[in-house]
Amino acid sequence: MSDAALHDHDVRLSACPACDAAPLAQRVAAGAGAHEDIILSLPTIYCATCISDVERALHAHPGVKTARVNLTLRRVTVDAPGLSAEDLIPVVERTGYEAHELDPAALSASRADRIGRDILMRIGVSGFAMMNIMILSVAVWSGAEAATRDMFHWISGAIALPTVVFAGQPFFSSAWRALKAGRLGMDVPISLALILASAISVYETIHSGHHAYFDAAVMLCFFLLIGRYLDYRTRAVARSAAEELTALEVPRAFRVTPAGDEPVPVAELVPGDLIRILPGARVPADGEIAQGTSEIDRSLLTGESVPVPAAPGAVLSAGEVNLTGPLILRVTAAGRDSSLARLTALVAAAESARGHYTSLAERASRLYSPLVHLLAFSSFLGWYWTTGDLRHSVNVAAAVLIITCPCALGLAVPAVVTAASGRLFRRGMLIKDGTALERLADVDCVVFDKTGTLTMGVPQVVSIEAIPVGMRPVALALAQGSSHPLSKALAQALRDAGATTVELEDLREVPGYGISGRWQGHEVRLGRADWLGADHGAGKISASWLSLGEGAPIRLEFTDRLRPGAESCVRELLASGRRVVLLSGDVAPVVQELAQRLGLAEWHAGVTPTEKAATVRELRVAGAHVLMVGDGLNDTAALAEAHVSISPASALDAARVASDIVLMGNDLSPVSDALETARGARSRIKENFAISVLYNIVAVPFAIAGLATPLMAALAMSLSSICVTLNALRLR
Amino acid sequence: MEILGILIPVSLGLGALGLLAFVWALRGRQYEDPKGDAERILSKEWDDRPKP
Repeated sequence: MSDAALHDHDVRLSACPACDAAPLAQRVAAGAGAHEDIILSLPTIYCATCISDVERALHAHPGVKTARVNLTLRRVTVDAPGLSAEDLIPVVERTGYEAHELDPAALSASRADRIGRDILMRIGVSGFAMMNIMILSVAVWSGAEAATRDMFHWISGAIALPTVVFAGQPFFSSAWRALKAGRLGMDVPISLALILASAISVYETIHSGHHAYFDAAVMLCFFLLIGRYLDYRTRAVARSAAEELTALEVPRAFRVTPAGDEPVPVAELVPGDLIRILPGARVPADGEIAQGTSEIDRSLLTGESVPVPAAPGAVLSAGEVNLTGPLILRVTAAGRDSSLARLTALVAAAESARGHYTSLAERASRLYSPLVHLLAFSSFLGWYWTTGDLRHSVNVAAAVLIITCPCALGLAVPAVVTAASGRLFRRGMLIKDGTALERLADVDCVVFDKTGTLTMGVPQVVSIEAIPVGMRPVALALAQGSSHPLSKALAQALRDAGATTVELEDLREVPGYGISGRWQGHEVRLGRADWLGADHGAGKISASWLSLGEGAPIRLEFTDRLRPGAESCVRELLASGRRVVLLSGDVAPVVQELAQRLGLAEWHAGVTPTEKAATVRELRVAGAHVLMVGDGLNDTAALAEAHVSISPASALDAARVASDIVLMGNDLSPVSDALETARGARSRIKENFAISVLYNIVAVPFAIAGLATPLMAALAMSLSSICVTLNALRLR
Repeated sequence: MEILGILIPVSLGLGALGLLAFVWALRGRQYEDPKGDAERILSKEWDDRPKP
């Protein structure tokens, strides 16, 4: 458990994408010479036909050597020397399935596979040994005597000793690490029980004793390894899905050179480079616009929902999105120096402030390990004191260690976490951190970001009533000519209202201002107020203006569309008595309107990233367990500061890394369910602890009294493990 | 009881055979895509000859 936590901590500390980008670029550069398989993500495949369709299409494509679909991971690996992902994506998409390029360097699948196979192998070996030893043990329990019993013990020992050495390795090495660090983890008593049980059984066998615990030692390995495997699986599934999200964003920039544009990894950019940013692309580095005008969406960085105009000389930060016109940017800071990296440094600081959360399993093992050792040692002393029989005293101590051994304890947490995160995964939530579920169960205060979290960050026309019905086709034709989000929203609304389009002459987009065309001799325009000679007024709500040649320009207002499930999620959270706060970097009127629509009393507008983190910290200091839900760079510090955090899959990479849970779908309603599932999981974990303690309370007195038999140890161990697993499965 | 001399090695041998099969399957990467393999068996595509 503690190792897992440490490991996760390492992963979380690499929250700085810019720091990751450098080694990533090196790996990409190193791999450039050698031929690499192309990996495509296929999110929509689900059946046998899908597999053969995709594979057949790829095999038929010239240059493809082999293509293998992995349905579990929803990926296809293609060996096609000389071809690139851009060549293959259309081939797959022609068969009707979505395909996205994955960056193979960002996927560490092979290493993870090896660890998984390693644990499976140990489970297989100990399972084989356990079954064979059980066959022999049943004979001993049912009364095999003298020479027969000794022979059975010898054969059991011959199978058990190598098995314990091989299958017990994960426990031995982890116990050794714990001891070196001066701790008593769960693995120290496990290793001690394994060693003591094997040693005493060998001794008893040599002296043809009645009881040998070979079966118990191997069974212990088997059950505990299953717990380890479940634990590993849960984290591996989450990690591979999280890696896939990162791998989907292949970090590339287009550098302008005399010979034309060349695509380069973002990490290779240096200040002074000129890069081209196409409309719709994310700005890869900080810089100053050298050429071109456009509008910039800064919502991920500041939470502002209104795009801002950008002209030569304007300063852009990495992470912003270019909307309308192509831009050429002179890089001023890249990689470590960019504002993106500086913000992620804030995240790292907040991370270390949150400190190390002590999981339920750790608390249980802290209580448990000393108790078990004390119990075994005192029963040894007691027996030696009263009888003076060393052999019998050691026997009793070994029996106590075996009976109390945390078979069920080792399964109690992983089984529940596997069941609960499997359930949440099916509902579209990805648990990245091992202890996130437990922390989620503590939550009593939920902080939401606005743009991109409660809202989609996609505008929606308030009403198209202002446009005369006869003019709607013209408006649609204008709106269709631009890829600006407001135009797209207008076009969608008009199409929904049943408008058809007309031909316009001389249609052209003026980046940063709008779009104009000629219709029946009039000039028609759609765009910014000042461009159309209208007064925008004081309101900060997004608006676009439509001029149809005659009369005054028409004002079209836009609001941000609510994320599906946002209303019901907030309602359920409020109904469950939790405090809900809205923190947004956007201007007050917009935030107020949303807060009223959702029935939220607590909201703050115009909050800077540092203030967000500070607000969350204040709440935490005041004793609240805060769940932060956010997607932007301006939220990352707050996400890391909170007790537990969730970000949608559409969030920026840095925000996803900083959060514990990623919401895969668009719907926000799983958030409130997740809180309930987490509560359920926590009570299951506690019940599981209670069950295993109960078994111990029943069996330990027998062991201390010297009445424990190997049969009793085997029964207690398997029954408690099965009870705990069944109890965990109730969560599914 | 002489029969034990045959039965015990036989049972151990059968168990070891199972273990070997498991190790072979594990080495052959047959646990990589359990969902896909469950679906692939339904496809008729490679019924008459193995996939090259």
